This record gives sequence, structure tokens and C-alpha cells, in this order.
Amino acid sequence: MRSFLEWLGQTPWSIALLESFWVWPLVESTHVLALGLFAGTAWMMDLRLLGLSFRAVPVSEFRNRMLPWTRGGFAVMAVTGFLLLYSNPVRYYHNIFFRVKVILLVVAAVNVWWFHARTYRRVAEWDRDPRPPQAVRVAGAVSLLVWALVVVTGRFIAYNWFDCDIQPQPDFVNWASGCVLQAE
Amino acid sequence: MLLPLFEWFEATALGTAVRQSLWAFPVIEAVHLLGLCLLGGSVLIVDLRLLGVGLRRSAIAEIAARARPWLMGGIAIMLLTGVPLFLSEAIKCYYNTSFWVKMSTLPFALGFTFGVKGRIAADRTLETSARSRVLGVLSIVLWFTVAAAGRWIGFS
Repeated sequence: MRSFLEWLGQTPWSIALLESFWVWPLVESTHVLALGLFAGTAWMMDLRLLGLSFRAVPVSEFRNRMLPWTRGGFAVMAVTGFLLLYSNPVRYYHNIFFRVKVILLVVAAVNVWWFHARTYRRVAEWDRDPRPPQAVRVAGAVSLLVWALVVVTGRFIAYNWFDCDIQPQPDFVNWASGCVLQAE
Repeated sequence: MLLPLFEWFEATALGTAVRQSLWAFPVIEAVHLLGLCLLGGSVLIVDLRLLGVGLRRSAIAEIAARARPWLMGGIAIMLLTGVPLFLSEAIKCYYNTSFWVKMSTLPFALGFTFGVKGRIAADRTLETSARSRVLGVLSIVLWFTVAAAGRWIGFS
């Protein structure tokens, strides 16, 4: 993995992207602004699932009419996110906030999958409930919280406090960041 | 002319405290970003409805009314976190074009959202129309400018 990422970071396009004056900030800005679309619309759906807002709107209408926008926002986040990762793969790979973010993304994905594959199948039974059943509210709460944590950890990737080249660090940090330390 | 004022902003106790702390700026910045998500979602759900591409089966006024508390909350978070971020680097902001673009667009975005759009979208008889579409587009353009210029403050 590490050698692949080292190779990836040495490819001309990766170096050009990292060093570019305009492109990297534009990709980063697109990544941040797409949050308003992706996380914003996802949270509105979560508020509906929690029964906290838009209670007169059937959940199925919310899903059918808003999910395409959430998905579109996610597509922009994913493309720009992979470009950012591609610009400096080794650094992000060893960044503790990046690692936590990836784990949180897996949790968010499982929640999305569980909701759509299981919970949502019986939507007809609670479509118009102002306050949907507990399983639905749990899915909304998990989504709201986990995406918020993804945003926060994502923002913190910018800081190098726990990076491998900043030593000494607690053993736990070096372990979690996968740092390979040179023997003194 | 405004520089002495910005120097005073930077010297405020809050500005100094945020600047001198290792964690304060990043943490406040992260909450500012969460506020952006809430603001973005509560603005867009209404704008998409105005454009006729969102929750079309619900009345515009209904969606606008339900989104409003979250819009207020989002704006409150943005202002409460934006002020200390600004105070901590007021002089940098003074020389920053993006900051001035953001701050000159923000009053229009707020005025438009609560004045024009808020008033028209509260009309129960409003349907998707040329008028509603213009409202939706203007809202997206204004808030996009505020957000993009805001992000660019950090790059210039």
C-alpha cells in the first residue's frame, strides 16, 4: 500500500496538482462548497427521518425528490476528494484525521445501506408518520451525527499536528498514524 | 481609513485569545463548516422547490416555513463562529479581496433571503413559476458567492 502511494505521489499529475497555484485551491473549494449540497440536503432528510421537521412531507417524496441532489453532491465530493488524495497520497495516508474520517465514511455507508436495503422497504407503513418508527429515527440520527464527524475530521486533515514528521508523539498516535520511525 | 478599526478588532481580547490558541481557530472553523452545511441545506431545499425540481408536491410556503428554524440556526452558528475567526485575523482580512467580496455580498444575501424571498415564499398561493425560479436562482447565486469568497479568504 505504502509503496503504491509513494509511486502515486511521484506521478507527474500528482505533483502538478499539489504544486498548482489555482487548480488545487479550486478543487479544495469545490470539495467544501459541495458540502452545502451534499451534507445540507442529507441533513434535511435526516431531520425528516427524525420527525423534527418537514413532518407533513411523506418520507418517500423526500427520498425520491431530494436524494438525487444528495447523490449529485456526493459525486462531486467523491471526485474532488479523490483528486485531493491523489495530490498528496502518502501524507494523507499517514494523517490520523484522514484515517478516522475513512472509518467514519464506512460507518456512514453501512448506515445508508442498512436504511435503504432494510428499513426503507416498509416505508408504506410509516410514509406519512410525522414521527417515524424508532429504526427510522435511529438511521436519521446516525446519519446526522456521522456526517457531522466526517466534516469535522475532514477539516482537521489540514493540520499536521500528529503527522509522522512531527515527533515526539505518544505511541498511540504513531501507531494510529502508521508511522515508521527511524531507530535513533 | 478602516485600518485602525481592523487593528482594534485584531487586538480585542477574543481575537487575541483565538490567535494565541493552537486549537481554537481549527475548532471554531470546523463548527463554521457545520453551520455551512445547515445553512446550505435549509437554503437549498427551499431554492430547489422554488425552481420546481425539489419537493414539488408540497407547497412552497410549507417548505419555506419548515426550513426557516434551521435556516435561522445555521445563520446563528455562522455568525457566532465567524466573528471570532474574523477577530483573530482582522488585519489579514483587511488586505484580503475575498473577505471584502464576501462581506459586501453577505448583506444582500441576508436581505434577499429574509426580505424578498422570505416574503414572497410565504405566500400560500405561490406555485412554481418564472417568478419563483428567479427567486431560487438569485438565492443560489448570492449564497454561492458568499461561500466561495469565504473559502477563498484562506487561500489568498
